[in-house]
Amino acid sequence: MTETDLGLWAIPIAILGGAIRVSTPFMFVSLGEVLTERSGRFNLGLEGTLIFGAMTGYAAAYETGSPLIGIMAAAFTGGLFGLFHGIVCSLPRVNDIAIGIALMLLGMGLAFFFGKPYIQPVAPDLPSIEFGWWSVIPQVKAALRVNVLFIIGIFAAIGLWWMFFATRIGLLIRVVGDSTNAARAMGLRPALIRAVATAIGGAFAGIGGAYLSLFYPGSWNEGISSGQGLMAVALVIFARWNPIACVWAAILFGGAGALGPALQSVGLSDGYYLFYAAPYVLTLCVLIFTSSPTRAMTGAPGELSITK
Amino acid sequence: MSSTLFSRRNFLKVSAALAGSYALGSMPKLANAGSHGLTVGFIYVGPKDDFGYNQAHAEGAAAVKLMKGVNVVEEENVAETVDVQKTMESIINFDGAALLFPTSFGYFDPHILEIAPKYPNVRFQHAAGLWLADKHPMNVGSYFGYIGLGQYLNGIVAGHMSNSKKLGFVAAKPIPQVLQNINSYLLGARQVDPAITCQVIFTGEWSLAVKEAEATNALADANCDVITCHVDGPKVVMETAAGRGSYVCGYHANQSPLAPQKYLTGAEWNWSGVYTRMVQTVLDGGAIKNFDRGGLAEGYIKMSPLGPAVSDAARSQFKDTEAEMLRGNFAAYKGPLRDNAGNTILSAGESLVETDISLESMNYLVEGVIGSTS
Amino acid sequence: MKTADQNISHSKEKIFLTDVWLETLGKRSEAVLLPIGALFVGFLTFGLFLYFLGKSPLDFYALVYKAGFGTSFSWQNTLSRTAPLLFAALCVALPARLGLMVIGGEGAIVLGGVTFGVLAGSVSGLPGIIAILLLATASMLVAGVWIGAVGLLRHYRGVNETIASLLMAYIAIALMNHLVEGPFRDPDSLNKPSTAPIAAHLRIGDIPGWDVHWGLIAGLFCCLVSWVLLERTTLGFAARIAGGNIRAAQVQGLPVGRLILCFTSLGGAFAGLAGMFEVAAIHGSANASLASGYGYTGILVAFLARQNPIAIIPVAILLAAFEASSGLIQRRMGLPDATVLVLQGLVFVSILLSESLYGRFRIFYPVSQESEK
Repeated sequence: MTETDLGLWAIPIAILGGAIRVSTPFMFVSLGEVLTERSGRFNLGLEGTLIFGAMTGYAAAYETGSPLIGIMAAAFTGGLFGLFHGIVCSLPRVNDIAIGIALMLLGMGLAFFFGKPYIQPVAPDLPSIEFGWWSVIPQVKAALRVNVLFIIGIFAAIGLWWMFFATRIGLLIRVVGDSTNAARAMGLRPALIRAVATAIGGAFAGIGGAYLSLFYPGSWNEGISSGQGLMAVALVIFARWNPIACVWAAILFGGAGALGPALQSVGLSDGYYLFYAAPYVLTLCVLIFTSSPTRAMTGAPGELSITK
Repeated sequence: MSSTLFSRRNFLKVSAALAGSYALGSMPKLANAGSHGLTVGFIYVGPKDDFGYNQAHAEGAAAVKLMKGVNVVEEENVAETVDVQKTMESIINFDGAALLFPTSFGYFDPHILEIAPKYPNVRFQHAAGLWLADKHPMNVGSYFGYIGLGQYLNGIVAGHMSNSKKLGFVAAKPIPQVLQNINSYLLGARQVDPAITCQVIFTGEWSLAVKEAEATNALADANCDVITCHVDGPKVVMETAAGRGSYVCGYHANQSPLAPQKYLTGAEWNWSGVYTRMVQTVLDGGAIKNFDRGGLAEGYIKMSPLGPAVSDAARSQFKDTEAEMLRGNFAAYKGPLRDNAGNTILSAGESLVETDISLESMNYLVEGVIGSTS
Repeated sequence: MKTADQNISHSKEKIFLTDVWLETLGKRSEAVLLPIGALFVGFLTFGLFLYFLGKSPLDFYALVYKAGFGTSFSWQNTLSRTAPLLFAALCVALPARLGLMVIGGEGAIVLGGVTFGVLAGSVSGLPGIIAILLLATASMLVAGVWIGAVGLLRHYRGVNETIASLLMAYIAIALMNHLVEGPFRDPDSLNKPSTAPIAAHLRIGDIPGWDVHWGLIAGLFCCLVSWVLLERTTLGFAARIAGGNIRAAQVQGLPVGRLILCFTSLGGAFAGLAGMFEVAAIHGSANASLASGYGYTGILVAFLARQNPIAIIPVAILLAAFEASSGLIQRRMGLPDATVLVLQGLVFVSILLSESLYGRFRIFYPVSQESEK
């Protein structure tokens, strides 16, 4: 390593690097949740899906030696969780928030149950791309070591945005999300579309989990998620159900999370718990300032239980 | 306490018999083999295969399991709440344990102190607690190792291997055990070069993977090129630091399989020896000491084998210091010593040897450590 | 089920009043039998899960019984874990009556506890009972304001209460950690940073003859109070109307804002009591162990009890028994500690699924069935 002391410049670089590293799970879960919520469902259970995805991804990558298979396994199991949520919620009087909490518990329980034998082994990591090749500063190089999933996530966001606002499928999903009756009148099957949207949303969350266990922090244990799945669901409201905004929200949240350690590394260490709470305070403040008691939130799907 | 009137020998015999018969009488079908011989219970705060604190204790438990006439029961992920109180009682009542090792720091006060008086025939052995004869029950004992000396040896190797002259330490919480490790790590390194500094980042939690990874990255960004840690499971720190090209020094258990090229050495617990010795004492009808401490010489701690990257100079100073420690009464803290706020800790000529009990209530970071205790 | 059967045959000869009575009986038995049935379906599913993993479901449930209820120690173990669950569940059930999903009770528990720990030193000169009442009031106040704020944000700013309470729980835990490790840390709390130990006369002891602290009695009392409030007062009645449809309630002139504030802050205050008992009866000082997940288990309890404060009591005892047996299952069957989590998840899903079965079993609707014929 060459020696480079960056002084206070270390903070923005650390935040940049942290934002890129930490944001990916938030991004995937919130993109999945955007799709789900756009169809009129609220899936709070993605935390459980994320953790189960982290476990299956790690286990599959370890057993097969291929992180790619790990990702696919995580996406598949995540899809199953989503599908279950989607089908169950189409039954009358079943509350989607409550089912979400139940599936969160079940996902965590199953992940910890079957994940015990995988705490010790080391699974292969996902590859990353060196975007910092132009720089001679090792910190910049490290900050710009970007995982492929981060890039895939950005493309997925653009793709989702394009789908929602420029394609027929996107339009159908939005119609279903805005009004069940209108959708029925158009001859659509809202329950089916919602179930599929929730299943795909679950698959996204599973991939987010695999990022946690296969890249950053890159190991499976029971403390792997500190509520990323729950926070990502909050970020969807923050991002006003816009996939592109989800990417920004995830990056902002990830960057805010990197603030605490970065400040300590330049010697600002008093009250670090409060710095660590910064992302939550930030999200709450944005929610307070952008919500309104009189009108439904801009962009909110009309059938969504949490904004009705 | 009146219990001092009795000999420990009778206590444990009676208690084993009592507890055993209770288990037999109350649960004819579900009683396990615990009704014969001595049953020993181990309680962990996290998963017992965490490459860290809990694994180190579980390795000790595994060694006890091999002993004749001993049954071992284990329970993991037990919270430092009413949970551990009831878990201890459950192991006593249902499994007939006569000797318990509740291993987490936070189990001692109030949980063990609350339960122990109710079961005077059961021995509670706690890691890291500060047992005081005038305040605490006689059936409670505390034991610990001078693991700070291991971090001192880590520091010596780190001092040799660091180019940037800046070391990194990922710490959970600013408690005396952790502060002592941070200080010892730096003081070891300063034996090599007095200009070396150590950056510490507190994560605030004993086990929080993403924050540990972020802290490690922040240290690497700050040019710390030899990183160690004190969290429950060092796996994430080791892998992340090695991924950033930093050298790593292990803690709690041997983490060299996680980063074979970058792993220099590590301060490990050696609980197998300690636990088998204590259990053997009980089997022989002897008395375990209520307050027990030890270092390298007593077999409480050990060092991981030096890694392939360690230079010859580092190797020889490591070996010399280790030999000095094995002779006993090693003093890592020697005056003149100031803390990093400028207050004098030790004047010239003063020193704190490893056995000095004041080390266990350390509340400062020494000069050269970048970070603060609150 | 059988009684309902008999009722059908009886109803044929009875007059209109009996029909009303029968209808009520049918609905009541549906409300009791359906969740119990769902509970057993959950147990059965979990039994199959174990069976396919090669473990004996019978052994499992025998151990749960043994460790949860089998001996007097088991009962005391179960009941000492029940108290915080009662309070935490009320923090979910009360706002739920208004249709609000508050899932951040953990934050209120933590703050209630830390309030007690921080303030205990300043009132230790007072006689025990007065000081404890003062401290309890303070704990309830802080925790009540915390969850009340969630309600106010919902009402006046339209901020979703589920998300807001969750965010605030994270913030509360950070605040607690900061306080107990920073400004209010007792320098003598060596390896477990805590506030100064509370004076002996401020500690809350056990119910005489039991190894269960008074928090259990307080929790049961709060459940009863909540039930009376919801079922027997105009406030509770208004809340039920508002919970059905907030906009309609506003049109009718109900003070929705005040109702929301009242029910959220009361729920928060109860959760604060959970934290207070943790400090006063278990830990003896406030420390990071306050955040041990009771708030999240409370959500489960409240939903399984279908937000009914009386039903919360048996459900909390049942879940406490699961947790009490978790250790024995780990030690005897070699199953991981997460086993109980899987069981809880399956039971939770099963109970929620049963919601869609209300009205599906004709046996519970003797009267309408007849009129259809």
